[in-house]
Amino acid sequence: MTRYVDIASLEDIPAQGARLIRTTDGCVALFRTADNRVFALDDRCPHKGGPLSEGIVHGHQVTCPLHDWVFDLTTGAARGADQGAVRTWPVRVERGRILISAESLMRGKAA
Amino acid sequence: MKKKLVVIGAGMASGRLLEHLFETAPDAWQVTLFNGEPRGNYNRLMLSPVLSGEKTYDDIVTHDADWYAAHGVDCRFGQPVVRIDRAARVVHSNQSSAEYDALVIATGSAPFIIPVAGKDLPGVVTYRDLEDTDAMIEAGRAGRDAVVIGGGLLGLEAAAGMAARGAKVTVIHLMGHLMERQLDPAAGYLLQRDLERRGIAVHCKGATKAILGHDRAEAVLLEDGTVYPADLVCMAVGIRPETRIAVDARLEVERGITVDDGLRTSDPNIFALGECVEHRGQLFGLVAPLYDQARALARTLSGETAEFRPVQTATKLKVTGCDLFSAGDFAEAQGREDIVFRDPGRGIYKRLVLQDNRVIGVVMYGDTADGNWFYGLIKDGTDIEQMRDTLIFGPGFQGGSRPDPMAAVAALPPEAEICGCNGVCKGSIVNAVQGGATTLDAVRAGTKASGSCGTCTSLVEQVMRLTLGDGFAAAAPGGMCKCTDHSHEDVRRLIRSMGLKSIPAVMQELGWKSVGGCRSCRPALNFYLLAEWPLEYRDDRQSRFVNERNHANIQKDGTYSVVPRMWGGVTTPDELRAIADAADKYGVPMVKVTGGQRIDLLGVRKEDLPLMWADLNRAGLVSGHAYSKGLRTVKTCVGSEFCRFGTQDSTGLGIRLEKLLWGSWTPHKVKLGVSGCPRNCAEATCKDVGIVCVDSGYNISVAGAAGMEVKQTEHLAATPSEDEAVEIVTAFIQLYREHARYLDRPYKWVAKVGLDWVIAQVVDDPRNRRALVKRFETSQSVYRRDPWAEHSTPSETPRWAPLADLTLEAAE
Ligand code: SRM
Ligand SMILES: Cc1cc2nc3c(=O)[nH]c(=O)nc-3n(C[C@H](O)[C@H](O)[C@H](O)COP(=O)(O)OP(=O)(O)OC[C@H]3O[C@@H](n4cnc5c(N)ncnc54)[C@H](O)[C@@H]3O)c2cc1C
Ligand code: SF4
Ligand code: FES
Repeated sequence: MTRYVDIASLEDIPAQGARLIRTTDGCVALFRTADNRVFALDDRCPHKGGPLSEGIVHGHQVTCPLHDWVFDLTTGAARGADQGAVRTWPVRVERGRILISAESLMRGKAA
Repeated sequence: MKKKLVVIGAGMASGRLLEHLFETAPDAWQVTLFNGEPRGNYNRLMLSPVLSGEKTYDDIVTHDADWYAAHGVDCRFGQPVVRIDRAARVVHSNQSSAEYDALVIATGSAPFIIPVAGKDLPGVVTYRDLEDTDAMIEAGRAGRDAVVIGGGLLGLEAAAGMAARGAKVTVIHLMGHLMERQLDPAAGYLLQRDLERRGIAVHCKGATKAILGHDRAEAVLLEDGTVYPADLVCMAVGIRPETRIAVDARLEVERGITVDDGLRTSDPNIFALGECVEHRGQLFGLVAPLYDQARALARTLSGETAEFRPVQTATKLKVTGCDLFSAGDFAEAQGREDIVFRDPGRGIYKRLVLQDNRVIGVVMYGDTADGNWFYGLIKDGTDIEQMRDTLIFGPGFQGGSRPDPMAAVAALPPEAEICGCNGVCKGSIVNAVQGGATTLDAVRAGTKASGSCGTCTSLVEQVMRLTLGDGFAAAAPGGMCKCTDHSHEDVRRLIRSMGLKSIPAVMQELGWKSVGGCRSCRPALNFYLLAEWPLEYRDDRQSRFVNERNHANIQKDGTYSVVPRMWGGVTTPDELRAIADAADKYGVPMVKVTGGQRIDLLGVRKEDLPLMWADLNRAGLVSGHAYSKGLRTVKTCVGSEFCRFGTQDSTGLGIRLEKLLWGSWTPHKVKLGVSGCPRNCAEATCKDVGIVCVDSGYNISVAGAAGMEVKQTEHLAATPSEDEAVEIVTAFIQLYREHARYLDRPYKWVAKVGLDWVIAQVVDDPRNRRALVKRFETSQSVYRRDPWAEHSTPSETPRWAPLADLTLEAAE
C-alpha cells in the first residue's frame, strides 16, 4: 500500500510549472498542469540528464529544456520517435494539499 | 408495531430516501425528521433560479406539510440535532429528544469559509440555503456592489443570479480559469467571455487577502492589492462534509462519515447518506449519486442487501445563456486521444477524450445539445471505432459538416481591406484574379497586395483560392507548428483584428488543434500578445523557455550563468568588485569575459540566483538579458572621448541606446554596435543595428549577422543629428517587433519585407517614425525594468529553492 506524505500546497506550484523536492537520490519534480492536476517525476531527462522541471508544460506533457524531448507526465514515457522514460511517483491532491508517496522521498535512504 | 427511524437533516438525499421507504414499506417505520433549517425539504439545486428570479420558493418545495402529515412524519424543523447518545439510542436537539431503532445522518455539507480578516462581518454570506439566497436577492434589488469569491459552479450561479437581479458583480477566482475542475482552459475562457458580456467582471488568479469594513462588509482586498467595493460578499469556495455530530458521537469519520456499500456507518444501527459521507475514499458534491445512495439505503433499511456503486456524473451550469457540459475524465494520458472541435464564429468548443476506442470524457461549451448522448457513450463504454471520424458532430452526424476554414474570408465584403500597407481591398484582388492573375506574384504585381510587409500574404492567397477554386495552387502555407494550420503572419493579424488578449483566447478563436499548445507556439504567442497589447496583456512566465523564465542561461548540468548589464561595455571598479564578491560568495566555477563586452559568471545554482541578483542589484548592476529574445548588448568603442581618430561620442551613444532599449522583448535577440569612426572597432557592421560615426554625423545600417550566417549590414539612413539617429533606431526596432515572425533575426525579416519598405516606414515618413517610437515607449513603460529586482524580493526568493530538501535530514 502506498503511504502518502503531505508535502506542499497546490498554490506553491505555478500552474503549467513545476517545483522540486530534493532527495538523497536526486530530485523529484512536481508538475502542476493548467487543469490543476499534479504529477511527480524524477527530474532527470533520460537523454542527457536535463532538468525536466524547467521545461515548458503543455497539456499533460513537458518538453525538456535542453534538447526538446517531450514526455508524458502521466506515464513518464518519451513521446514520438525518442526512446526512454522517466520514473513517475504516486501523488494526490486533496483540498489544495499535495500528497506524495513516501517511497519517492525515502529512496536512497533504505539500504 | 412500527420501528422507530430518526432522520437528521431534511435535504435532497434524505427526501429521496423517505420517498423510497414509504413506497416499498409504507408501514414499517415511524419517522422523526429533524432539520437545521426552519423548513422541510425543497429542491436545493433550484435555489439558483430562485435567486435569478426565474422561480419562487413555492415552486421548489418538494415535500409540503400535507405530504409529511400523510406519511405520519414527526417533523422537528428548525431543530438542529446537537448530540447522539449511541448507548441509549437517543438523539437530542436543544428543544426535544427522540429514540431510534435506526438512525440516518443526512446532514449534507457546510460551505467552506476562507479564514481571512472580516469573514464574520455582516454582509458576508455563503450559498447553501434559502437565507443566503434571500440576502443575495436583496443585494441585487438594491443595485449594490457584490463580490463572489470562487469561480466554480456555485459561485458562478450566485454571480449570474445577482447580476440578473441588478447587482454589480465581480467574481474573484484563485485559479487561472473558471470552473477548473470541470473545464479545460479553452472552455473556461469561453465561459468567462460570456459572463463578461453580461456585465459580470471576472478576476482570475485572485487571492483574497481580507474583507474590509467596519460594521459590515464594504470591500474585498486581494493579495495583489486590488480592492473591489462590496456591499455583499458571497463565499463559494467549496464545501466540506458536515460531520460534527458524527465526530462527537465517535463514529468513524475520515473526510466524511465512512459508510460501507449498504450505507452503514461504523455503528450497525446508524446509517448515513448524502454529501456528509465518504464511500470508498470518495466524497460527493452532485445530486445524482446521492439518489442512488437513497435507493440503496431504502433497501438496506428494508432488510435487503444493497450495494451502492457510484456512477460517473455530469456537470451542467444553471446559468441561462452559458451552455456548458462536462463529464468523465478529461485528463491527458498515454494512450488517450483528444478530438477537439472549435467553431470560433459561434463560440463553440467540444472536446472528447478517447481511450481504447471508447469515450471516457467530454467537455462542451456553447452547444451542449449532444452532451447526454456522449455521457451515455461514456457510461455504456460504447465502442466508437465505426463512427470515430464523425463522432464529434454528435448523433445526427450524417447531416453535420465541418466548418469551412475559408468561411470567414468568404464572408468578407468586397470593400474589406486585405492589404493594410497598400490599401488593397478584397474586391480589387478578386478583379485581378478574374482578369487573369492566377499566381501570387501576378496579383502582387497587379494590385500591390502583400507586396510590402507581407503579413497579409496568406489572406491574399485565401481570397485567390476562393476566386479560383481548385485551380489555385498555393505555396505550402505552413502553420506555426503542429498545433495550428495558421501561419505566424495569420496569427499576428488575427490577434490584432479580433482583439484576442490571452493565449487561451487565441487557441480557442483560431481553432488550435492541441490542448495547451506546445513549446514552440506558446513562447511565440506570448510574444505576439505582449507586443500587441503591452498594457493589457500580462506576460505568461510559464510560456517562456527556461532561460527567459529564470532570467539566466541554463547550462548543460542544470546550473545557470549570470551576466550583468555593462552599459555600452563600460564598467567601474566598484561594479567589478561587486562581481568579484558575488563570484566568491556563491562559489562560481568560472568567470569569463564574453564576446559582448561584459562578464559571465558561469555555474550558479538556481536557488542562489535571487540572492546573487540582490547582491548585484545593491551595487547598481541589473540583468544583462543575455538569455533573452530582446535587447542583448550594445557594443561600443572608445570614440571621440579618448581615441585620436574618434569623430563622435560612440560610447555615450551606445550607452544612451542601451538605456533606452533594454528590457524590451523582440522576436529574436537584438545586438547593436556603435563605432566611433570607419575603422569600426565595435564591429558595428555585422550587428542587427550598427552605427558608424563619421565627421558629418551617423551612418545607420541594419540587418547584419555574425552567427550561423555572416552578413554585412545594409545602409538604412545617415543623419547629422544624434537625436534623429536614436529615433530611427528605435523606430526600426519597433517595426521589427510589430512585423517579424517569432525567431526571425532582423536580417531574415528584412530579407522578407525588403529594405525599401523598411526605409519608407522609418526614414522617409517622419510621422510614422514617431508613431512607432511612441508605441515603443508605451511598451517600455511596462517592460523597462529589471527582472532580477522583481524576482529577488523576500517573497519571491523562496520560490527559487526546492519545496523540500530531504538530503539535509539524511545527513544528520
Ligand atoms: C557568453 C557568450 C560566449 C562568450 O563566452 O563570449 C555566448 C554564449 C551563448 N550564445 Fe552566443 N554568446 C556570446 C556572444 C555571441 C556573439 C558575439 C557578439 O554578440 O558579438 C555571437 C555572434 C553575433 C550574432 O549574434 O550574430 C553569438 C552568436 C550566437 C548564436 C547564433 C545566432 C544567429 O542568429 O546565428 C546563438 C544561437 C541562438 O541564439 O539561437 C548563440 C547562443 C548562445 C547561447 C545562449 C547558447 C544557449 O542557448 O545556451 C550561449 C549561452 C552561454 C551562457 O550560458 O552564457 N550565440 N553569440 C557571448 C555572450 C555575449 C553577451 O555578453 O551577452
Ligand atoms: C445553490 C446550489 C445549487 C446546486 N446545483 C446543483 C446542480 O445543479 N446539480 C447537482 O447535482 N447538485 C447541485 N447542488 C448540490 C446539491 O444541492 C447537493 O449535492 C445536495 O443538496 C446534497 O444533499 P444532502 O441531502 O446531502 O444535503 P442537503 O441537501 O444540504 O441537506 C442537508 C440538510 O441537513 C440539515 N442539517 C445539517 N446539520 C444538521 C443537524 N445537526 N441537525 C439537523 N439538520 C441538520 C441542513 O440544514 C440541510 O437542510 C447545488 C447546491 C446548491 C447549494
Ligand atoms: S559558440 Fe556559443 S553556443 Fe556554441 S559552444 Fe560556444 S558559447 Fe555555446
Ligand atoms: S537532456 Fe533532455 S532532451 Fe537532452
